[in-house]
Amino acid sequence: MADIIQVKNVYKSYWRDSFETSVLHNISLDVKEGEFLALMGPSGSGKTTLLNLISGIDKPTKGEIYVNSTDISKLGESALAKWRSNNIGFVFQFYNLIPVLTAFENVELPLLLTKLTKAERRQHVEMALNIVGLGDRIEYYPKQLSGGQEQRVAIARAIVTDPIILVADEPTGDLDKNSADEILTLMDRLNKEFNKTIVMVTHDPNAAAKAHTIKHLEKGDLIRETA
Amino acid sequence: MKILKLIFKNSLRHKLRSSLTILGIAIAVIAFGLLRTVVTAWYSQEKASSANRLIVRQAVSFIFPLPYSYLEKIERVPGVKEVTFANWFGGIYIDRSNFFARLGVDANTYFDVYNEYLVPKDELATFKKERNSCIIGIDIAKKYNLKIGDVMTLEGDIYPGSWEFVVRGIYKPKYSYTDATQMIFHWSYIDERMKQEMPGRAGDVGWYVVYIKNSSQAAAISKQIDDLFKNSPAETKTETESAFQQGFIQASGAIITSMNYMSFIIIGIIMLVLANTMIMAARERTREYAVFKTIGFSAKHIAGIIIGESLFISIIGGLLGLLLTYPLVAGFAQVIPKGMFPIFQVEPITVILAVSAVIIIGIAASIFPVYRTMRTKIVDGFRFVG
Repeated sequence: MADIIQVKNVYKSYWRDSFETSVLHNISLDVKEGEFLALMGPSGSGKTTLLNLISGIDKPTKGEIYVNSTDISKLGESALAKWRSNNIGFVFQFYNLIPVLTAFENVELPLLLTKLTKAERRQHVEMALNIVGLGDRIEYYPKQLSGGQEQRVAIARAIVTDPIILVADEPTGDLDKNSADEILTLMDRLNKEFNKTIVMVTHDPNAAAKAHTIKHLEKGDLIRETA
Repeated sequence: MKILKLIFKNSLRHKLRSSLTILGIAIAVIAFGLLRTVVTAWYSQEKASSANRLIVRQAVSFIFPLPYSYLEKIERVPGVKEVTFANWFGGIYIDRSNFFARLGVDANTYFDVYNEYLVPKDELATFKKERNSCIIGIDIAKKYNLKIGDVMTLEGDIYPGSWEFVVRGIYKPKYSYTDATQMIFHWSYIDERMKQEMPGRAGDVGWYVVYIKNSSQAAAISKQIDDLFKNSPAETKTETESAFQQGFIQASGAIITSMNYMSFIIIGIIMLVLANTMIMAARERTREYAVFKTIGFSAKHIAGIIIGESLFISIIGGLLGLLLTYPLVAGFAQVIPKGMFPIFQVEPITVILAVSAVIIIGIAASIFPVYRTMRTKIVDGFRFVG
């Protein structure tokens, strides 16, 4: 399998007031197409920052990031927004669903940026919600769903555009064990059945166990890799 | 699901807050509408002016009379089609609060020159024949329940004594802005009694109204008229009817100007109310906008969502305010003394200004929240704790 993500000598630092805080130091890693990678490490180790860089919602201070042969560190804001909508699906710890929209409408959001017709959008949304097992909850609002169901809607939103990569930041961090297991099973299925490349940040060793590869970060450095 | 639906749902997310903002905008638009209506009512007499009419008055002040003998001289000025005259009578009808214009006029010519007062031919003919008759505007007839043949008794102040007039005609206004609140009677009836009781005041008229054939000659004719009476005991000042009315308005200039300023200050207040709502809404949704950006929505899309919500609230509030302004203005028109503002109605310009204002406010109120949202990086948006 070819490398779909290549991170080359990436540095990231933030300015807070007049202080520069270095978060990532000379990080290099490759992710193969169809791989399920878990990023682990203590709080403040830089794993979410690395995930943000890979998914194009933040830019490195130095270094290059190639995703599907595109150097995303060189893209401008609007090009990067378009690139994200075409290539990346996002799953967040706190689901981040829009509370005034139904499950259907939340999943439909990314499709509003495409040229699909209303009927085509409906077809895609229903398919995504069926994959996550919520085909019977399409008219439910987030507050009418459990945490696990909300996260499944968020996953449906992430996959509805059929992105090549799914990035997940602590997807089970806010869930009870049963719900967390359901989500992990679903992500495993998306990886195996739909060949989605997954990069997941987690603290949870059980969640990381689903991944093919686990990379450990500490204080901004990649310290080891376990399979 | 369309973006418009999202804008609509966002607007109603905090129903109480949105309702109060809409109500605040509506009240401000009502206040704006009322103030503008007063201002336009003030200017309505100027609007009703004819370009073909000149007013000849005493040069020193409008309150000083002109001799009746000027009539023939003015009639002979080239370009003059017809001349009439009028005199402010004043007086009290029933009680002092019943204010409306009462004018002694040249009965034979006045309604030719003021052809926007529509009087039935037979009523006008009877009026011309009877010296103690009067013609009243339809608004006065309605307000005091007067009909042809009724007697109106005025208690004179400028012209002391009790004066009785028989209503022989009721005129209707030709245009929406034509004053329908005047009481018009024979100058000769007043003058006759003055000759007997106060001979020194006989033969005086208040002002002449000159109907000219060509409005483009107004300046030249005005000069010719004024030149006729130069160095006389009663020099004249001739000007277009519009300029004459403006003179009255300028006398109340400070009030009008302050009302104008107040109406626009109200617009500023609406903007602050709406801007406050939009800033709170955008701040609360910082994470959501970060999500929108993350899944590929551009700055333009998000700006559209925020501006759309702001516009939606301002337009709903504006429309509600405008709808309520009409009955309120009608109510005010009933309670203010008839004659103070002969034309008191919501003018199209007020509606245009109010609608333009709410649209501009809708956009302006969203500038800061849009700017802030655009400036917030996705990663900072996710870290935001509202």
